[in-house]
Amino acid sequence: MTRYDVIVIGAGHNGLTTAAFLAKSGLKALVLERKPWIGGAAVSRELHPGWIYSNCSYVCSLLRPEIYRGLDLARHGLQVAPYGGGVTFTRDGDYIGGYPDKDVRRREYARHNERDADAYLRYSRDTMRQCRFIRSLLMRTPPDPASLRLRDLRELAHLGREFVKLGPTTMGDTIRFYSMSIADYLNEYFESDLVKAHHAGSGIIGTALGVHSPGTAYVLLHHYMGDVDGQVGSWGFARGGMGAVSNALAGALRAAGGEIRADAPVARILARDGRVNGVVLQNGDELYSDIVISSLDPKRTFLKLLDAGDLDADVVRKAREFRIRGSSGKLNIALDGLPSFPALGAGHPLVAGDMHFLDTLERFERAYDDWKAGTWSKDPYLDLLIPSLTDPTMTPPGKHYMSVFVQYVPRELAGRDWTDADRTAFRETVFDQIARYSPDFRSLVLHAEVRTPQELENEVGLTEGNIFQGELTFDQLFFNRPFPGYAQYRGPLRGMYLCGSATHPGGGVMAAPGANAAREVLRDLRRPAIVPQGWSDD
Amino acid sequence: MTIPREHYLQAVFPTPFHARTSAANTLNAWHRWRDYTVADAYFDVGLEYTALRNACTVFDLSPMTKHLITGPDALAYMNRLVTRDVAKLKPGRVGYTVWCDDAGQVVDDGTIFHLRDHVYRLCSQERQLDWLHGSAPGFDVSIQEETHDVAALALQGPTSCAVLKRLGLAGIETLTPFGIRGYAFEGGELTVSRTGFTGDLGYELWIDPELAVALWDRLFDVGQQVGLKPMGTFALEMSRIEAGFIQAGVDFLPADRAIRAERTRSPFELDLAWLVDFAKGPFTGRRALLAEKARGSRHRLVRLDVEGNKPAKDAFIYDRRRKNVGVVTSALWSPAAKSNIALASVEMPHGAPGDELWAEIYYQKELKWSRLMARCTVVEGPFYSPARRRAVPAADC
Repeated sequence: MTRYDVIVIGAGHNGLTTAAFLAKSGLKALVLERKPWIGGAAVSRELHPGWIYSNCSYVCSLLRPEIYRGLDLARHGLQVAPYGGGVTFTRDGDYIGGYPDKDVRRREYARHNERDADAYLRYSRDTMRQCRFIRSLLMRTPPDPASLRLRDLRELAHLGREFVKLGPTTMGDTIRFYSMSIADYLNEYFESDLVKAHHAGSGIIGTALGVHSPGTAYVLLHHYMGDVDGQVGSWGFARGGMGAVSNALAGALRAAGGEIRADAPVARILARDGRVNGVVLQNGDELYSDIVISSLDPKRTFLKLLDAGDLDADVVRKAREFRIRGSSGKLNIALDGLPSFPALGAGHPLVAGDMHFLDTLERFERAYDDWKAGTWSKDPYLDLLIPSLTDPTMTPPGKHYMSVFVQYVPRELAGRDWTDADRTAFRETVFDQIARYSPDFRSLVLHAEVRTPQELENEVGLTEGNIFQGELTFDQLFFNRPFPGYAQYRGPLRGMYLCGSATHPGGGVMAAPGANAAREVLRDLRRPAIVPQGWSDD
Repeated sequence: MTIPREHYLQAVFPTPFHARTSAANTLNAWHRWRDYTVADAYFDVGLEYTALRNACTVFDLSPMTKHLITGPDALAYMNRLVTRDVAKLKPGRVGYTVWCDDAGQVVDDGTIFHLRDHVYRLCSQERQLDWLHGSAPGFDVSIQEETHDVAALALQGPTSCAVLKRLGLAGIETLTPFGIRGYAFEGGELTVSRTGFTGDLGYELWIDPELAVALWDRLFDVGQQVGLKPMGTFALEMSRIEAGFIQAGVDFLPADRAIRAERTRSPFELDLAWLVDFAKGPFTGRRALLAEKARGSRHRLVRLDVEGNKPAKDAFIYDRRRKNVGVVTSALWSPAAKSNIALASVEMPHGAPGDELWAEIYYQKELKWSRLMARCTVVEGPFYSPARRRAVPAADC
C-alpha cells in the first residue's frame, strides 16, 4: 500500500503548481495524470515531424511572477519572450496596428480617427485602474462574505480598503465595469468602429457571450491584468511552446521530491465518513492520502470522481449548474514558409504580433449568432499568431508554425457531436478567413491540426472545451468561483481541495489558483506559509 | 496631416528645423519629445545655459502640442474649459492657464494665444484632443490639433530683442510681455509672441514648417554678433526651474493620466490660485474647487532655498520632527540666483513661509555616497526674475 501526504489529480499547470509548493514545504506529493504526457492545456506537442505546436494555450502573460520566482521556474528552463503588438485587418485592404511604441500606436490610431488616438490614453488609464484593483486580489484567497470568522472579516476589510483606495470616481466605474458589455465599454471611449473591433476580441475570448453581452468588459480585463516583466498587459511566448511552463513546474516539483505518474487516470476519489482517504485508478490501483486535491473542474470532480452519495444534494446541484460552455476552437498549422499579408507588406513588424480579421462590432455579434444557432461562426474571430517568428525552437529554420485560435465554436453542432466532415468544413471556414488576407497561405500548409471543443474536452478534460474551466462572468468570479461556499479551495469533504482554473482567480495559465490552493492546504496542516501571498505595489 | 500607412518605418520624426539642429548638434545628443527627436544639448549644457542668461539662444519647441480652436462659441468654450477668465484676454495676447477635470484636479497647463477674434491657439504639455472634444458638445467650435503644422522656436535671453530688430521686425521692442505680433517673412507670416519658459526676456517664433530652415538661417545670420547659440532641453530645464515654472509629468501628474487616486493636484495645490476665477461663471471643476477652497487643500507646492550646495533632486522633505511631509519634484543649483533651489510638493499645513523644513539629500563624490539633511527656507515668487524680462521697450542687452 502506497501512502502520500497529498495526491493531486491532473498534471495541468495548476495541479503542478499546487503539488510543487506542497512538495517544497516537505510533503510527499504525487500528481496523477490521465494522459501519457503532462501539461493539461499548457503543452508543446510535435504533431508534425519537426514542428512543435502549443496546441492548446499558446501565449503567456498571466502567469504570476510571484510563482515564477517562488518555484524558481527560470532555473527549471522557463523563458518568456514578449511579442510586439497586434493588428486588425479591414475588408478594404487596410489595417489598424497596435504598435508597441506608444507614439507610433497613437499615430496609427490617428490615421483612422484622430480623436480616438487620444481617447486611447483615457481607455488605457481606466483599464489600468481596474487592473490595479484586480491584481491586488489574484494571489489571495477570496473571503467568504457569509462568514464571521476573523480571517474572513479581515479579508473583507482588505477588499474594502482596496476598493476605497480607488477613489470615488473609480469606485463607481468598477461597479459598472463588472456588469458592462465590452461594446458598451468601448463605446465610452472610441468613435471608430475599427478601433472598437480591434479591442473587442479580448472581451470575448474563451467566453460564450457576444460583444454586446453584459459581463464581457471583465473578460477584457482578464486579458490585460497580466504582465511580462512588469509590462502590464503585455503578452509573450514561452520559449519552446506552452509545454515549457508545465515542464518547468514539473522540474520544480521533482526537485522538491515530488512525483508525477502519467498515464494514470483516476476512476474515483475514495471517501469515508465525510473525509477523503485516497483515490482509485482506472486500472484498479488504490493510492492513499488524507488530502486529495483536484485540478479538474467541479463538474468532473463532483459529478464524475465522487459518488453522489458521499456529497450533500446542494453541492451536486451547484456543480451541475456551474456554467462552462465551449465557445472556441484552435487550428495548429505547419507552414512551408512565411505567408504574405499584402495589406501589411513584406517585413512588417506586426506579422510577429497577434492578427485579427473582424473589423466591426457587427461582425463580432453575427459570429456569436452562429454559435447560438448551434454552429461555428462562418465569419469567425481569429487570434492568429506565428510563434516561429519569435521563437526559433518551434520549427525548422525558414519554416513556420501558425497558431489560430477560433471563436465561436460550439461543443455540439445543433445537439450532436462533431464528425470528421464537420471538422473539415470548419477548417475550410478558417482557412478561407485567413486566405482572404493572405492569398499564398493555403499553398504553404503542410499539416493542420483541427481542435474543436470536443477535442479539448476529450483530450484535455476541459468540460465542453471551455478554455477557462468555467466562464469568467461576474456571477462565477471571486468568492462565487466556482460557486458560493466553495471559493476557498476546500471541497465538501474533509481533506478534499480544488486547485484548478474553476477556482479564483480563473483561467489563462495564471497558476494563481494552484498557488492559492496550496496555501490553504498548508494552512490547514499548520505548516509554514511558503506560498507567496498578496501583491506589493504602493 | 494625412498619415501614410508606412509611418511606422519612421517611428520618430525630425522637426522642421532638423536639417539645422542636427548640423549644430556637435554632441549628437538627442531624446524623444512625443513624435519628434530633439536635442539634449548642442555643445555644452553649461555654456548653452550661460548663453541664454548672458546673450541669447534658440530652442526648438516645434513638438509642443498645439491646438487651434475656432468658431462663434470659441470664447464661451475656452471659458468653460479653463480656470481663468478668457474674456479678459484680448486679441493679440497670450495667457498662461490650467484646466481641470470635474474634481478640480489639473488636467494640464499651457498657454492660450488669442490670435484674433474667435481664434485661439492652445499649447499644452500633453495630448489633449480627447479632453478638448469631450468638453465641446453644446458649443459651436472647431478643434484641430496643429502640432505638425506649426514650427516653433523659442528665442530667449537678454539680446533676443536685438536679434529680432536685426531681423528687421520693426517696433518689436515695444511688444509687451504676453503680446503677439505678426510680421511678413519670406512670403509667409512669422508670428512673434513675447513668451517663454526661461523667466528671461524672450520671444517665441511661430512659422510655417516650410519656412523653418530659412528662419533659423536668418536668425543666425543676424544673431551671431550678439551671441546667439542653439540651446537644448537640459539647459532649458535649468532655466525653467529658476523661473519657478512647473512642468506636467514632473511637478504634477496630469489628472487624466492618473491611475492611482490622490496622485493629482488642484490649481490651489500648485500655487496657481491666481489662475482660478470663480467670478467668471461656470467652468469645469468650479464646484469642486469652491469646495476645496472652503475645506482647505491637501497639498501645497513650495519653492525652497536649500542650505548648502548639493542639489536636492528627488529628496524627501521632513518637518522639524523628522516626519516625511513631501517630496522635491525639481531641483538644481541655480547659477543665476546663486542658490540651491527646489520645487517641492508638501502636505498641508506644512510649507507656510517661515516653516522649518528639511531635505534628505543623497549625493556622491568620486563614487562615495553620502546623505545629508539640509535645512530649507520657503521662498515666495520665482527664484530668478530679471527686470529685463518685463521692460518695455525691451533692451538690446
